[in-house]
Amino acid sequence: MTTHDIYLLSPEISMAGLAILLILVDLVVSRKSILTIVAVLGLAVPLALSIVLWFDLTDQAATQMKADFGTEIVTFVVDKFSLFFKFLLVGATALVILASSEYVSKFKNFHGEFFALILFATSGMMLLASTVELITIYVSLELTALPIAALAAFMRDSRSSEAGLKFLILSAISSAVLLYGMVIIYGFTGTTVLADIATQLGGLLDGESAFGGNALLFGVILVIAGFGFKISSVPFQMWAPDVYEGSPTPVTAFLSVASKAAGFAVILRVFYIAFSAEILSVDWSAVFAVLAAVSMTFGNLVAIRQNNIKRMLGYSTIAHAGYLMVGLAAVASRTPDADAIIGPSGVLFYLSGYAITNLAAFSAVIAISNRINSDLIDSFAGMARRAPFLAGVLGFSMISLIGVPPTVGFMSKIYIFGAAVDTNLEWLAVTGMVNSVISAYYYLRVVKVMYLREPIDDAPVGSALPMKLAVMVTMAGTAFFGIYPTPLINLARSAVDVLVS
Amino acid sequence: MFSGWLTTIVFLPLAGAIIIALFVRGDKNVRWFAGIISLAELVLSIAVFAQYDLGAGADQFQLVDKIEDWIPVESFKVQYFLAIDGLSAPMVLLTGILGMVSVFASWSVKERLPEYFMWLLILQSAVMGVFTSMDFFLFFIFWELELIPMFFLISIWGSKPNREYSAMKFLIFTLLGSAFMLVGILVLFFSFDTFDMTLLPDAISRGGILLPASLVFTMIFIAFAVKLPIWPLHSWLPDAHTDAPTAASVMLAGVLLKMGAYGMLRISATMFPEVMAGIAWLLASVGVINILYGAAIVLRQTDLKRLIAFSSISHMGFVVLGLSAVVGVNGQVSTVGITGAALQMFTHGTITGLLFLLAGFIYERTHTRHIPHLGGLATRMPMLTGALVLAGLASLGLPSTSGFVSEIHVFLGVFPVWSWLTAVGAFGVVLTAGYILWMIQRAMFGPENQHLNNVSDATVMEMVPVAVMVAAIMVVGIYPAIIADVFTTGIQPIVDSLQIAVTANLQ
Repeated sequence: MTTHDIYLLSPEISMAGLAILLILVDLVVSRKSILTIVAVLGLAVPLALSIVLWFDLTDQAATQMKADFGTEIVTFVVDKFSLFFKFLLVGATALVILASSEYVSKFKNFHGEFFALILFATSGMMLLASTVELITIYVSLELTALPIAALAAFMRDSRSSEAGLKFLILSAISSAVLLYGMVIIYGFTGTTVLADIATQLGGLLDGESAFGGNALLFGVILVIAGFGFKISSVPFQMWAPDVYEGSPTPVTAFLSVASKAAGFAVILRVFYIAFSAEILSVDWSAVFAVLAAVSMTFGNLVAIRQNNIKRMLGYSTIAHAGYLMVGLAAVASRTPDADAIIGPSGVLFYLSGYAITNLAAFSAVIAISNRINSDLIDSFAGMARRAPFLAGVLGFSMISLIGVPPTVGFMSKIYIFGAAVDTNLEWLAVTGMVNSVISAYYYLRVVKVMYLREPIDDAPVGSALPMKLAVMVTMAGTAFFGIYPTPLINLARSAVDVLVS
Repeated sequence: MFSGWLTTIVFLPLAGAIIIALFVRGDKNVRWFAGIISLAELVLSIAVFAQYDLGAGADQFQLVDKIEDWIPVESFKVQYFLAIDGLSAPMVLLTGILGMVSVFASWSVKERLPEYFMWLLILQSAVMGVFTSMDFFLFFIFWELELIPMFFLISIWGSKPNREYSAMKFLIFTLLGSAFMLVGILVLFFSFDTFDMTLLPDAISRGGILLPASLVFTMIFIAFAVKLPIWPLHSWLPDAHTDAPTAASVMLAGVLLKMGAYGMLRISATMFPEVMAGIAWLLASVGVINILYGAAIVLRQTDLKRLIAFSSISHMGFVVLGLSAVVGVNGQVSTVGITGAALQMFTHGTITGLLFLLAGFIYERTHTRHIPHLGGLATRMPMLTGALVLAGLASLGLPSTSGFVSEIHVFLGVFPVWSWLTAVGAFGVVLTAGYILWMIQRAMFGPENQHLNNVSDATVMEMVPVAVMVAAIMVVGIYPAIIADVFTTGIQPIVDSLQIAVTANLQ
């Protein structure tokens, strides 16, 4: 392990360090609001280090900086792709912490641990975006999953405990499935490094191997199943609604945004680096296309019936996993002259748009439900009068989730469906658009309840300063990138270059 | 190129809405502020219409506002491109007129006033955007943007108890239509690498489209068919109209339906002349069905607004019938029928806008829209009655009103092409005369009703929008060239490309 390796790892190291610092600070300070300030300001360090790495990359005109930690094989790389996710993850974490500052006062103790667990999970996700080797991927996945299980159970009431247990068990099962898939792939290729797998497969797919491509395909499917859990895609979505409903709301927000982003990061990395062979990519593209169509349809149809807003957003996140998988299915090798990076860049653009929008929605939900002590959609009645600003933000983010202009949700949805059209998946684009129409029904129900119903009582619902900040930042992002998405799209496109070169 | 006129006219109402949200307090101030914005918008739209240069050549796009690199990404090249041609100039004027009318028609709204005017102004911005966008993506943005204001206008200020259902129905129908349109737009983009509506017709005619042209045409056409609406996709319209507040009804009937007709001309006919000519028989048949079906249903209506709503379906049938002239006769396509369709958009906008406005005024006074409960109002409200009679006569196509001009164009243009169908469709005019006169007779004349003793005539403030609409109807009726000549310059290039397609078919 050289200093250069430490330099490359510095965002993750500083993230974990910040987590430990918070636990220590928690021991000595009595005013717990200081923790929020320390956490948010502290996040500037991993962010700054990631920015430094980004400019270092640009200066060197290099695509990747590799770390081998003294071993033979490269397990960890820093490239624009991983840095894009680090920016996204750090930003999302900062917003989740801002939004939870008021919520944590519900807990009698363990304030510091709550933030620390979030940060540990984030450091795992950041690792996940950078790893290029199967075993490291597995370890990073566990590093993200275990803190989240603890966070889900943080409220320690029956629902929250159920959520934690459910997440833990199902996460363990999915890890086992993933591991099994990895073992099969290792058996075929004799390596765990993604790039080497690709070269080995190149020979394997041409010649006659013992089991042919079918057994390999089985391994690939198992890997998809393992990752499918992370991104809550149908049919691996069973945990999502219960965990979303039972967890503390900031944890739900964190799960729906950060966890999903990390899941897509590692999927893109594995499938675009290891399984990039044309003959193989057409196959997994078809699998993702079907999963996408089923996920969005299932998520949207079931969300219609929900009365709890967290549960509704839980099903909505399944639907959005479906929209995101449209980008995975849009592999350029499907058609001769498709834009090579439109699919993966669509995933990145959509993820960032979804992160901003969903964090706006969740911030507003946390702010409101924390004061009225209810997660039921009906209890949001008349919120337009009780909390005009929060209701406006929630309404606007619902419109963005449907995908109606002028919001980032609209732009990213059109971009990702454009990717589908470009790669000859017009049917998937049509399915996606029809699904958006279905989703309008339940998203607008929230808007209707807030704007059309009489309030249950007239007391205004306020919010604390950190919350206002989180809400304003996300709302401004939703609107700004809805009108001028160019910077975000360009960033996403430059980030995925490394995947297709 | 950036002349700024169209940017101003599109974004002025939106800016007004934002200012209302942030700065204007007090119902009275809000009302006057919205009124001034809408008047300014009317003046601007007249100025834009007057600036349109008839002599500049048929396919000249004028008053161009263009920023080419709004979103300059390789596979997502979107430009900010506003312009008008002969087709959109009158629509801008129509939107200006009806926007002003709808604001002044809302003078008596009391509930949640600032929000109300905000949505009304945003709606106007969106519709203006639809009629002036020459970039397909921008067009789609404005097309979708119009949904949310309308949804709120119907669901908050509509009439109980069905307003939420009607608003949702309107939204779901329109969204579903535009869902398919978006995929069509994306297919066009990835085929030709441009969203520019002024370049696409040429590109498409050279071939190289990813999917069969007829399939792409269908995907896009569905959105317009829902909006127009064409039977059997019309069922959202009566509900939305019946439950919408007066101003929203005026906008809905006056300009929102026209977005469908405008789209058929601007996109379906211009970009896919061959497919359009190929389905001309279908257009003619569906047009006639619309006319007769709408009229037949009207005869059964006892609800004043629902009656006008179904008459809209009937009248929009004339637009579709006019469009069916695209196939030409003996290989010669003429502008007459299509100009008739375009004229019908404008005249129906003013006439039905006025009818809904008057229905709204009557409802405010009598608190009922049930026609048998009305009656004998003529002596109590002579001015409103006069206006209603005039609007009704224009609606049934009396010469010297604008309704006559557009219908006669449609019949003259389509008769040589589809003689039998036109003859059947012309029967719709008879039905229209029947239901309009019957409605006026039942609602306004006849014995006086005791419970309507204390209703009053329109106030001066309310007569302002009425007078504007009456003027628009009469001016076009007496001197149709003022609108027709402009439309013709916009339609000429469409007819030229249709001519090529039809000639190619004959050979």
